Amino acid sequence: MSTGLPMTVLEGQEAEVRAPQRPGRKRRRGGWLLPIWTWLVIFWLSLPILVMIVFGFNATTGKFNNTWQGFTLRWYQQLFAIPELTQALKNSLGISVIVTIIATMLGTLLGLALGRYRFRGSGATNLIMFANIAAPEVALGAALLSLFLLLGVPRGYLTIVIAQVMFSIPYVAVTVRARAASMDRSLEEASRDLGAGPYTTFFKITLPMIFPGVLAGALLTFALSIDDYIITSFNAGSTVTFPLWVFGVSRLGVPPQVNVMGTLIFAFGVLIAISGAVSGRRRK
Amino acid sequence: MSHNPVPDPVAALPADVLRGLTSPRLSRRDALRLGGVSGLALALAACGVSGGAQAGPTGSAAVDAAAAFWAKQTPTKLMNFANWPLYIDVSATNKSNHPSIDLFTKQTGIKVTYSEVIQANDSFFGQIQPQLAADQSIGYDLMVITNGIYLDKLRQLNYLQALDQSKMTNFNQNASPLVKSPSYDRGNQFTMAWQSGMTGIGYNPKLTGRPITSWQDLQDPAFKGKIGMFADNQDLPNSAICAIGVNPESSTQADWQNAANWLLKQRDAGLVRKYYAQDYIAPLSAGDLWISMAWSGDIFQANASGASLEFVIPKEGAPIWTDNMCIPKTAVNPVAAMTYMDFVYQPQIAAMLAESINYVTPVPAAVTYITADAANATGADKASLQALVTSPLIFPPASETALLHHYRVLTTAEEPVWNKLFEPIYQA
Amino acid sequence: MHGRWAARLAPYWLALPGWLWLVLFFVIPTLVMLSISTQTGDIVNGFTQTFHWQNYVDGWNQFSTQFIRSIMYGLIATVLCLAISFPVAYWIAFYGGKNKSSLLFLILLPFFVSFVIRTQSWNFILSDNGMVLTPLKSWGLVPQDFHILATDVAVIGGLTYNFLPFMVLPIYVALERIDPALLEASADLYGSKVTALRRIVLPLSLPGVFAGVLLTFVPASADYVNSTILGGTNTTMIGNVIQTEFFTNLDYPTAAALSFILMAGLLIGVFAYARALGTDDALDMAGA
Repeated sequence: MSTGLPMTVLEGQEAEVRAPQRPGRKRRRGGWLLPIWTWLVIFWLSLPILVMIVFGFNATTGKFNNTWQGFTLRWYQQLFAIPELTQALKNSLGISVIVTIIATMLGTLLGLALGRYRFRGSGATNLIMFANIAAPEVALGAALLSLFLLLGVPRGYLTIVIAQVMFSIPYVAVTVRARAASMDRSLEEASRDLGAGPYTTFFKITLPMIFPGVLAGALLTFALSIDDYIITSFNAGSTVTFPLWVFGVSRLGVPPQVNVMGTLIFAFGVLIAISGAVSGRRRK
Repeated sequence: MSHNPVPDPVAALPADVLRGLTSPRLSRRDALRLGGVSGLALALAACGVSGGAQAGPTGSAAVDAAAAFWAKQTPTKLMNFANWPLYIDVSATNKSNHPSIDLFTKQTGIKVTYSEVIQANDSFFGQIQPQLAADQSIGYDLMVITNGIYLDKLRQLNYLQALDQSKMTNFNQNASPLVKSPSYDRGNQFTMAWQSGMTGIGYNPKLTGRPITSWQDLQDPAFKGKIGMFADNQDLPNSAICAIGVNPESSTQADWQNAANWLLKQRDAGLVRKYYAQDYIAPLSAGDLWISMAWSGDIFQANASGASLEFVIPKEGAPIWTDNMCIPKTAVNPVAAMTYMDFVYQPQIAAMLAESINYVTPVPAAVTYITADAANATGADKASLQALVTSPLIFPPASETALLHHYRVLTTAEEPVWNKLFEPIYQA
Repeated sequence: MHGRWAARLAPYWLALPGWLWLVLFFVIPTLVMLSISTQTGDIVNGFTQTFHWQNYVDGWNQFSTQFIRSIMYGLIATVLCLAISFPVAYWIAFYGGKNKSSLLFLILLPFFVSFVIRTQSWNFILSDNGMVLTPLKSWGLVPQDFHILATDVAVIGGLTYNFLPFMVLPIYVALERIDPALLEASADLYGSKVTALRRIVLPLSLPGVFAGVLLTFVPASADYVNSTILGGTNTTMIGNVIQTEFFTNLDYPTAAALSFILMAGLLIGVFAYARALGTDDALDMAGA
C-alpha cells in the first residue's frame, strides 16, 4: 500500500531535529471529546488499582479478603509478616534486576550490530528476533521447558533468569537498532580520526547517542520481567516469584499484604510521574 | 521534553525480514547454518525425554530392602520440610514462627528448615521429577503430596522411600481409621497423612432458599447459572461417581462413563456457571454462586472471614482427599524425617496444627486438647476454638466418615481413558 | 592490526553474545520441542522418538474449538484495543504538550502492579451484585440475572484491558514522530481535519499500528490466565489446554505438538499480515 509521500519528508525524524513550533501560534485543544475519552480510559485502567488500594485497608479477620469488614492500618505495619511473600518479592526484584542487566547488555550490542552494520547473518538474526517477539509465551515457555526436561536440568532461579533474558533480548535489540540506524555516524568517524580507539569511541560517543533506546529497552525489560507469569511458571521449579505466589495463593485467599505491596508500588510510580512532570516544567 | 525515551517496538519490523518476504533474502549460507543447528538439535532430541522409573524391588523383597535401608541410616540433626502455604500452625504474633516445629526441635534437637514451596501437586511434581530421575537430592527430606495422580506416579516411578514401620508408634496408636491403610497406600508403606479435606457442596442458604443434601441438587434447574463445579481430573470425576451412587475406589470404566454422562447432562443444560480451578470461594461469598462443589476447609475459613455459608457432605457419599507426608528416595536426612512424621501424631501436637489449619486432622484424640485450650482462652479466640471443636468440618462424626471415599487409584493404562472422558467436560 | 579488519569483524563480535543466547535458548528449544512433539510414551516408561506426526492430527482434532476460539478472542481484543488506543495516543501525541510523558506514564502506571492482582480485582468489580452491576440492575438497565463474569465478554474484556499498553505505546511513538509542519501544511492547503487524519496521520501511523497489533494479537491469543480468572464454561483457550497437557497429564508430546501448532499458526498469520500491509513502505517509515 503506497502512501505517495516523498521520502524526504520522513528524514530528520529525530525530535531534536524537528522544527520548533512557530512562535505565537496557539496550541489547539482538539475539542473536548478526545481529552474526555483519554481520561475515561485512564480511569478505566486505574479502577482495579483503586479497588486493590481500598482492600489494603480491610480489617478482614479470616484468610479471605472479599468482604469489607472495617478500616485498619494494620497490614501496613505487618507488611513483611509473611516470609514466603517477602521472599517471593525479593526473588522477583532480584531476578528482574539481573535479567535487565544481562538482557540490556546483550540486546544493546545486538541492536547496535544490526542497526549500524550490514553483515551476513543479519537477515537470519532479524528473523529469529521477529519470531521470538511474535511467538506466544506459552510456546516459548514450553519450548524452554522441553529443553530443560531433555537435559534433565532442574528448574529454579537460574532457569527463570535464562528464560526471561531469552524473551527480553529481542525487545532491547529492536529498540536499540531503531535508534542506532538513525544515528549520525560522522561523529564516530570524527572520533576515530582524532585517534580514539574503538572502546573509547563506543563509550564516549556511541553509547550516549543510543542511550535513550538502551534506557527504553531496559525499562521495558524490567516491566516485562517483574510481572511475567506464563514463561516463568513453566520454568520456575521451586523458586517462587511474586506473580507466581499471588496466583498460587488465590485459592487460599490473597492476604492483604499483597494489596499493600501493590499500593506501595503504585504510589512509588505516581511519585516518579509527578516528579518527572514537575522537573520537566521547571526545566522549560 | 518532546522526545521521550519510550520503547520503540515500531521498529519490530526488521528490515531484512520484511524485504525477505517479497524477495528471498536468506542467503544460502544462512540456510545451511540454520540447517546445521537443527540437525544438531534433532540429534540431541532423538534420545527422548528422560522419565523412566527407577529400578526397585517389589513384594516381600521390598520389605526386606526397606528394613535393610533403615538399618544402615544414622540419625542426623537436620531436616528439610517442604509443605503447602498456610498449612502449619503459626504463632499469633509472628507468622514465620511455628510453635509445633519449635517444640520438635526442643524435644529432639533436630533443626528443621521449613519451606512453603508446594503450590500445586502438578508443578511440584514437575519440578522434582528430573532430579529424582537422575537420582539427585531434591533439597527436601519430607514433602506433603495429595493422594491422586502425582502420589501414584511417585510410587510407580519408585521415587518414594518406604517408611520405617518400627518408628510409627504414635501413628499406629492415634491415627484415625480414615488414614490407616488407605486404598492408595495399603499398610502405610510410604505415607502418613498430614491433613485431610472433604470435597462436598458449599452453599449460601439465603440464596438457595432450602437446605442442600444431595449431589443431585447440583442439577436443580432452579439454580441454573449459579452452580460452580471444579475444573480438575480428581475431585470432579470422583464426585460425579459418588453422585451416581458408586464408590469411586471400586468403580469400573462403565461407572466412569455414567459419571461423565451425569456431568455432561449438567453442562449441556447450562446449569454450570463455571468450572473453577481453585477460586470458587470468592464468587460463593459474593453471591455470584449460590451453590458449588467445595472443600471443607475453605468454607470454614470463608465463614471466619465474614461469609455465612454452609458445607454439606452429600448423602450419596463424597471424596475425601488426604495430603500425605512422604520421604523422597534421595532424602539426605530420612531418619529425622521419620521422627518428625511420627512426632505430629501425638494428640497435643495434632491439636496445635488443627487449630491453625482448619482441615480434618488425622488424630481424632486432638479434640481433647483443643477443648482444653478453648476453656483457657477468652473472647474471640475462645469462640473460634469452640467453633473448631464442634465443627463437623474438622472432626466429622462417624456417621459422616462412613460416607467418605478416597479417589480412584488409576494405573498408567487407565489414566488416558479417564482423562479423555472427563477433561473435555471442563476444558470445552 | 585495527582498521578495516576490525571494522569488518566488529558487527560479528557485537552480535555474538546476544545471538548465542537466542540460539541456545530459543532456536534450539523450539527444535527440541518439535522433536518431542513426534515422540510417544509416558512419564513412567519414558518417551521415545517415533516420528509420530499423528500427534499433530490428534491434537488439532481434539482441540480445534479451543484453537479457533483463542484466535477469535485475540482478534476481537486486538480490534477493541486499537479502537480504544488510537484516540488516546492521538490526543497525547498531538495535544499533550508538556504533559505528554506524564499522561503516558499514567496510562502505563496500572501495569506496574502485578496483573494477577489487577485481573482478580476485576473479578470483584464485575461481580454479579458488585459495584458495576448493582446500580445497572436497580435502574432496570439489565435483567436481574445478568452477569458479566464467567462469559466470553469478561475474558475478552480482560484481554483488552491487560494488553492495552502494548497497543498504545507503538501507536503513540509513531504518531509522535509526525512532523506537525505536515499538518500545518495540510491546513494551509485548505485540507480539513478529517482529510489530514485520513491522508497524513493514518498512513504515517501504520508502522505503529502494525507493531501494536503484533504485540497485542499474539500474546492475547495465547493467554490463558484471563480465561482462568474471568471465564466460564465455554471459554477455555488453547493456552489452558497446553498447560494441562504439560503439567497435569504429563503428556509432553501432545503438549509440544499443540504449542507448535499455535506458534506456527500465529507466525504465519503475522507474516501474511505484514505482507498484506505492503512491507517495504511500512519498513521504511519505521525509520529502520
